[in-house]
Amino acid sequence: MKVTIDGQEIEVEAGTTILQAARMIGGDVVPPAMCYYSKLKGSGGKCRCCLVDVTKGSDADPRPMPKLMASCVTGCQDGMEIASKASPRVQEARKSVTEFLLINHPLDCPICDQAGECDLQNLSFEHGKSASRFIEEKRTFEPEDIGPNIQLHMNRCILCQRCVQVADQLTDNRVHGVLDRGDHANISTCISKAIDNEFSGNMIDVCPVGALTDKTFRFKSRVWFNKPFNAHRDCDKCCGKTTVWMFGNEIQRVTGRKDEFHEVEEFICNTCRFDKKEVSDWVIEGPREFEKDSVINQNNYTRPIEKVEIDTEKNILFGRDQDRKKISMASIPLDTNNQKS
Amino acid sequence: MSQKILLDKINIPGIKTYEVYRANGGYASVEKALKTLTPDEVVEEVKTSGLRGRGGAGFPAGMKWSFIDKKSGKPRHLVCNADESEPGTFKDRYLMEFIPHLLIEGMITSSYALGANRSYIYIRGEYMWVFKILERAIAEAKAAGWLGKNILGSGFDLELYVHCGAGAYICGEETALIESLEGKRGNPRIKPPFPAVSGLWANPTVVNNVETIAAVPWIVNNSGADYAKIGIGRSTGTKLISASGHIKNPGVYEIELGLSVYEFMNSDEYLGGMSSDRPLKAFVPGGSSVPVLPAHLIYKTAAGEDRLMTYESLSDGGFATGSMLGSGGFIVYNDTSCIVRNTWNFSRFYHHESCGQCTPCREGTGWMEKVLHRIENGHGREEDIELLLSIQSKIEGNTICPLGDAAAWPVAAAIRHFRDEFEYHIRFPEKIKNRDHFVAEPFEKVKHLVAKQEV
Repeated sequence: MKVTIDGQEIEVEAGTTILQAARMIGGDVVPPAMCYYSKLKGSGGKCRCCLVDVTKGSDADPRPMPKLMASCVTGCQDGMEIASKASPRVQEARKSVTEFLLINHPLDCPICDQAGECDLQNLSFEHGKSASRFIEEKRTFEPEDIGPNIQLHMNRCILCQRCVQVADQLTDNRVHGVLDRGDHANISTCISKAIDNEFSGNMIDVCPVGALTDKTFRFKSRVWFNKPFNAHRDCDKCCGKTTVWMFGNEIQRVTGRKDEFHEVEEFICNTCRFDKKEVSDWVIEGPREFEKDSVINQNNYTRPIEKVEIDTEKNILFGRDQDRKKISMASIPLDTNNQKS
Repeated sequence: MSQKILLDKINIPGIKTYEVYRANGGYASVEKALKTLTPDEVVEEVKTSGLRGRGGAGFPAGMKWSFIDKKSGKPRHLVCNADESEPGTFKDRYLMEFIPHLLIEGMITSSYALGANRSYIYIRGEYMWVFKILERAIAEAKAAGWLGKNILGSGFDLELYVHCGAGAYICGEETALIESLEGKRGNPRIKPPFPAVSGLWANPTVVNNVETIAAVPWIVNNSGADYAKIGIGRSTGTKLISASGHIKNPGVYEIELGLSVYEFMNSDEYLGGMSSDRPLKAFVPGGSSVPVLPAHLIYKTAAGEDRLMTYESLSDGGFATGSMLGSGGFIVYNDTSCIVRNTWNFSRFYHHESCGQCTPCREGTGWMEKVLHRIENGHGREEDIELLLSIQSKIEGNTICPLGDAAAWPVAAAIRHFRDEFEYHIRFPEKIKNRDHFVAEPFEKVKHLVAKQEV
């Protein structure tokens, strides 16, 4: 079936969502997504960041949809026409969601370990405002220890529930979930349990903000001071394919390999993530590339080094030649070939 | 005088018990349906009746039934939504408490029509005593052979269960109700798929309000065409209205749709006019989630026609000059009522009850409540009125379920119709320090202050 997003037509298979179709096209038409995660079943529909305007339902029923639709959970229909970035209504809605997400989110990027790879930071960069209309006191939660590996900072949580889905779908038994309602809803364990399932570390990777961070990496370094390398090891629990984040020769952090939409390609186990921090544990494949505008890219070393020829002497002398021409007497013509410099 | 369909037997002593209910013609619709009608014929009768969902949305019940997926081969379910939690709405409780067998009868007949062999009544957690009444009524019906295997030798089996919710408003939303019934957190599901295709345990499911299901026995007994004769236009039949506020006779009334609001408000048969003879200031026709209307739009529509108790007339002119019949929670305010305080109170409710699943509702309801709280307590700013309008517009239509709309509409309507009252709160904070600031000095008396300030 054919769908058109912001004027760009693409052919997709039945069952494809609008967001997936947009990702196939790529570029500016891809709606932001804070709760959708293609590797997790049943994710999406909650954050409302990916709202799009369906201007034509399908060839069979060309009526526009009255409300903005969550692109991550809305299936494509043949002949469907969608306005994403091209729709002012959509842009306004995304700004609204960004504002809502930020009203209670602490603006502690300078000390947050997620800074530099935070989806909310990126969303704010695209759709946020420099000033806030929210003057009330921000909602806060008591700190909670959820085990040896993961630090929960509930104040930063945006309730995307990806971590709950990871626990549901990847780990042996889920000991945490969403408690309470409304803006007091929070991620917590049932009566102070520790999250120590073998694949629980993936909760850190899927968290779009700094609510769940790696205790073995906290406050060690800003992510853009680390150099990420693709690495692998033989692991009997997971694929063993990871990204290791190095500072000099020290492996400071190990994560799953993320794609251009910040989603891990394959989930990894806790042993690889938390316990294997020696260079000798890994086979380093090579440096990892990031998208052009990534903050991490500030420390880029994957760009091919171009040979730059600096023709200093000629440039300097060019000015002098001009000066000479100006001061030379007309009776004594300037003969550049016989001049002594 | 309105014809009674649901409450016609309510005053019969002992009608709560099976014997008395049966002796007064109870369960006749089950007999008629199971012995003389096919399930499709029952659906057709309901379609012909024009019965609309009485939970608030007003979607045609027969049409909803016809959407149920009969080809999938999966078991089908009927779920009765008795999670009545809307502030101002208490009609279902009345029906279930005083004539529980009417609901059981409706459930059996409706389940037969839908081919559902396992049906549920999902009741609000706070209605524990009603839960017990229903459990007893179900046991009585089962003992009398109206439930179980091969009912009346028709080959139709039905098991009926009552499930007590844990007390969350959002569980009145049909998909959240289904999630809760499945034992999960009561979060609304994203639609599609609709419950008629994939509902309870992924089976085709119909969710109907108590009042809707209770109307089915009459329709089957008397025909859909007869039901359609009651009422007016597309608003057919009767409707239970739960009336509260500054009126002489608060309570639950069964009215024929099409009754004028004026008659309903002032006739001694119904509300009997305002209590204490204070002037009418505003009313909410359909529970807390619908827009409030000011006095001049209560009896007449914007076009100058009589305002009627119908889905169409109450929504005439859209939200600029109209509201909604909703669930029939009829709340009346006299001139001592503070609209700002009332709006804050509603907003507080929606903030508390938002499930927190989607961003605009989770964050927006809280933000609105905080701003309204400030205004009501004398800490409002001039820009807060526009801020409230902005927040509500960002919630409206952008959420997974209608709770966001329910939180947004009352705020927008209150500002639209009573903006000067908000301005008064902001400009004269010292005057509203008293909790009941409009009791001694109704807003009409101090309204000139806002006007002066503008000059």
